[in-house]
Amino acid sequence: MDIESAKILGMALAVGLGVIGPGIGIGLIVAKAVEAIGRNPEAAGKVQATMFIGIAFTEALAIFALVIGFILKFA
Amino acid sequence: MRAIMAEESIHISLSAEQIGTFFGVPVTNTMLMSFVVFALLATLAFFVRKNLALIPGRLQTLIETLFVGILDYMTETLEDAKLARKLFPLILTIFLFIFTANIIEFTPGIGSIGWTHEGGEFTPLLRSMNTDLNTTLALTIIVFVVIEVVGVATLGFLRYGKKFVNVSSALGFLVGIIELFSEVARLISYSFRLFGNIFAGEVMILVIQHFVPMVLPVPIMAFEVFVGFMQAAIFSLLTLFFVKMAITEAH
Repeated sequence: MDIESAKILGMALAVGLGVIGPGIGIGLIVAKAVEAIGRNPEAAGKVQATMFIGIAFTEALAIFALVIGFILKFA
Repeated sequence: MRAIMAEESIHISLSAEQIGTFFGVPVTNTMLMSFVVFALLATLAFFVRKNLALIPGRLQTLIETLFVGILDYMTETLEDAKLARKLFPLILTIFLFIFTANIIEFTPGIGSIGWTHEGGEFTPLLRSMNTDLNTTLALTIIVFVVIEVVGVATLGFLRYGKKFVNVSSALGFLVGIIELFSEVARLISYSFRLFGNIFAGEVMILVIQHFVPMVLPVPIMAFEVFVGFMQAAIFSLLTLFFVKMAITEAH
């Protein structure tokens, strides 16, 4: 395998494997947030705010995988 | 076979194409697009301002409802009416800027009008604004500076700095380091989130146009407009929440 195809494979693997964890994580966060809103609809605004912060932190991990992918491709 | 494949392959450019220079400053097509968005928003603001009436018309009602709703939500989240009033112009401008750019992304002419170089490479005159990392990074830096400045201005330098350098205990010090890291990593995650989402949408539409050019791109484009709205909302909402986190004292 030459270095170019290894780079492309590595990039695809990095992104593909890297989004598994954050995908599960965001699913859990949103599931719990929906549950919480269902139990206490008045607190919807506060739950949503916390949910978005949680999603932002979790999604950042997937974005790091994407950045690694770009680095592999172009560096 | 190989030659045919190469001829038909899709051209995807990660960076924006330069279309000219303005007093020595290189002008890219995404930059031109951001000025188009700017002009659109300025025109809208001008017309609404000109036709301002005590009995509001349809447009004025829409805009007033939108603005008041957002301001109310900000006040509720920040629990500080004065700070919400101060931050309102910035957050709403960021939202409208990104949202307008994403909405007009699929207007006929954007991305399709341009010229071809000798090498057969196509340069569009206008290109969707957020498919350039420079645009999103600029927006991110603005937001980052605002968050830090609001944090320092509200809590004071020492109390704000205590979030990151905490020498009261070993665990506190470690948490401070992690906080500092996530604060800086925000620059990357913020800009790449917006860039990645919009760029992935553009690439997906290109690929689908390549395989099924007739009907299929339409629902995908509708979905991408929805994604564009969501990303604009998330960008401004996260700014709001991070300001909230910055003005809340560490405990």
